[in-house]
Amino acid sequence: MTSTSASEHLTGAQSLVRSLEEVGAEVVFGIPGGAILPAYDPLYDSTRVRHILVRHEQGAGHAAEGYAQVTGKVGVCMATSGPGATNLVTPIADAFLDSVPIVAITGQVPFPAIGTDAFQEADISGITLPITKHNFLVQHAEQIPQTIAEAFHLANTGRPGPVLVDIPKDVLQNQTVFSWPPVLDLPGYRPVTKPHGKQIREAARLIAAARRPVLYVGGGVLKARATAELAQLAELTGIPVVTTLMARGAFPDSHHLHLGMPGMHGTVAAVTALQKADLLIALGTRFDDRVTGRLDSFAPHATVIHADIDPAEIGKNRLAEVPIVGDAREVIGDLVAAVRAEYTAGNRYDLTGWWREVDGWRKTYPLGYEEPADGSLAPQYVIERLGKIAGPDTVFAAGVGQHQMWAAQFISYDKPYTWLNSGGAGTMGYSVPAAMGAKVGAPDTLVWAIDGDGCFQMTNQELATCAIEGIPIKVAVINNGNLGMVRQWQTLFYEQRYSNTELGTHTVPGGAQLRRIPDFVKLADALGCIGLRCESAADVDATIEKAMSIDDQPVVVDFTVGKDAMVWPMVAAGTSNDEIIAARGIRPNFDTGV
Amino acid sequence: MSIHTLSVLVENKPGVLARVSGLFSRRGFNIESLAVGPTEHPEVSRITILVSVEGNALEQVTKQLNKLINVLKIVELEPDQAVQRELLLVKVRADETNRSAVLDIVELFNAKVVDVSPEALTVEVVGPPAKLEAVLKMMEPYGIREMVQSGMVALGRGPRSMTQAALRAVERAG
Repeated sequence: MTSTSASEHLTGAQSLVRSLEEVGAEVVFGIPGGAILPAYDPLYDSTRVRHILVRHEQGAGHAAEGYAQVTGKVGVCMATSGPGATNLVTPIADAFLDSVPIVAITGQVPFPAIGTDAFQEADISGITLPITKHNFLVQHAEQIPQTIAEAFHLANTGRPGPVLVDIPKDVLQNQTVFSWPPVLDLPGYRPVTKPHGKQIREAARLIAAARRPVLYVGGGVLKARATAELAQLAELTGIPVVTTLMARGAFPDSHHLHLGMPGMHGTVAAVTALQKADLLIALGTRFDDRVTGRLDSFAPHATVIHADIDPAEIGKNRLAEVPIVGDAREVIGDLVAAVRAEYTAGNRYDLTGWWREVDGWRKTYPLGYEEPADGSLAPQYVIERLGKIAGPDTVFAAGVGQHQMWAAQFISYDKPYTWLNSGGAGTMGYSVPAAMGAKVGAPDTLVWAIDGDGCFQMTNQELATCAIEGIPIKVAVINNGNLGMVRQWQTLFYEQRYSNTELGTHTVPGGAQLRRIPDFVKLADALGCIGLRCESAADVDATIEKAMSIDDQPVVVDFTVGKDAMVWPMVAAGTSNDEIIAARGIRPNFDTGV
Repeated sequence: MSIHTLSVLVENKPGVLARVSGLFSRRGFNIESLAVGPTEHPEVSRITILVSVEGNALEQVTKQLNKLINVLKIVELEPDQAVQRELLLVKVRADETNRSAVLDIVELFNAKVVDVSPEALTVEVVGPPAKLEAVLKMMEPYGIREMVQSGMVALGRGPRSMTQAALRAVERAG
């Protein structure tokens, strides 16, 4: 924030734009409309805030998320009242579950009209009450600078999250006085960042004495920008590391201490290590059901050290023997020092035996996939090659479903902030707009959206935004012609009854489906992008390289893949992690296997 | 299930009650009674909530409440360490045949008649929940025409105040 002491006389709308400038918002994704119109007039003149006109407000919200996740700054989206605002609900809920710092600014009907069911009126602060970290309904133009400053502060401190600011049209039109910086008035908001020394020492004592410890790392480590500290702790202790879906990239996949992702589609080694552990060092993670499987049988032998900046996460799902409230960076930094002190005092259990077991699982059950029996292109192969060719600096933004899981599994994330996805909410349609936001935040970085044909049809209109605004993202549509993950469940749990999962994006030679609907290559062209298609393994590398050679336009690649590939390993919903299936029909035998 | 009394100091801002009650419903916590009112500080309100929870859910309730930006402070008031009061207004059928019997009950419980008509008396009772229950039980045979009961309000016993530290934070910020 910069400081300007002099007061200026201006409208509420001008005050809003000035506040956004002062708070350091460089980009706003949005769409104008009646109630927010006054704000768009001064925005037109701003040289410090770039507005990107999206095609659907959901795209604005996810773009703000992508921008925030790549830059670490607050992402901003803007919409008008009523339907404009309600279209933001999905990305706001998404940001809430994944703790992404965004500020949503919505126009509201004029204050005297509130509550009269006026045209385009929706109680958006009421609607978003349960899915925002906090929200504001601004009542007077004088409150605008303070409210914007508070919104940004709340969004990006403590546990980050979405904050909504709803501003009635007359408040934007009224005359006011602007001065900066405002004084924040948040007496009830005091996030604890500094961990308790006694808890740290107790944790260090347990870490040094543990025989089968695991570092269970969540997205909070990325949010706290604590990846260097995590690497220090892991290397100091030699403890196996697992990174959740939200934490991919927090610890290099290529590191020998890394067992991969735990959870429903985690590696056998990661899932089993948690199950067999005697100590979990849970850092910035929330024991989500997708990680724990059946909670009462999750890591049954483990003592739990749970560090999180949100005290409500500690003990919510699993009792923590050593709760630590604090910022992950400070917690891990303090742990490194405390564990070192334990080691110096001669306390250190040798983990060789534990590693022998862990390596056994790793060796016996590596991630893999089978070539499709029908000779079609394997989706896993496409994603694996994409990761290899695009390289470790590339940012990948996935949609939700099978392609998301394969992208989490088969791409090696060696750098933080290179993996974006909708983890908690599971929002189909996240990928294209999030990739757009990421590219705006990191224009010199290669950004690939990895999307499914189902997801892609929910938000691909933002490719028009990308084409017009000069945001050359690349999209790999892993097109299996189906809602793949739903189909996988139908295969496994609904007797292959494929109710409403076929999408018609493939042709069936000699069959009923003679056209691809839609044809993604033609769609790409219509949206101002380059469209490519790849249907065989032999063409995968050349197609990816062709896409990479184009940097002045967005590119869409239709990778037409088989529909029968499945995501393995898998812990079926509602079952114990002990029931993990490594591949179809293959259940690891931990009693005799290793 | 056990019932706990939470005294919650909140910023006196629009929508605060909706935030608190919404939190309870969406997290699946049961509110037994709720009372909101002003405090000695105009910018601060006090919400007294009786919540019924199982096991260690109380900790989760308070932690989630604490996350609300407008919540300043939460204290659990133990029944034996606090003064607890509810207000009951009850309209009892009372004509010349039973009026004196009803008035006897009013006197017995140190209650008060606040409205009189030929067929009914309206009685005001203030006290802890057990007292209100006892009065109602005694009145019931005469015929309760209608009644209304407030949520419980409570204050910790002794000279200490839970508001002072919280108010300092408000004044500092303000």
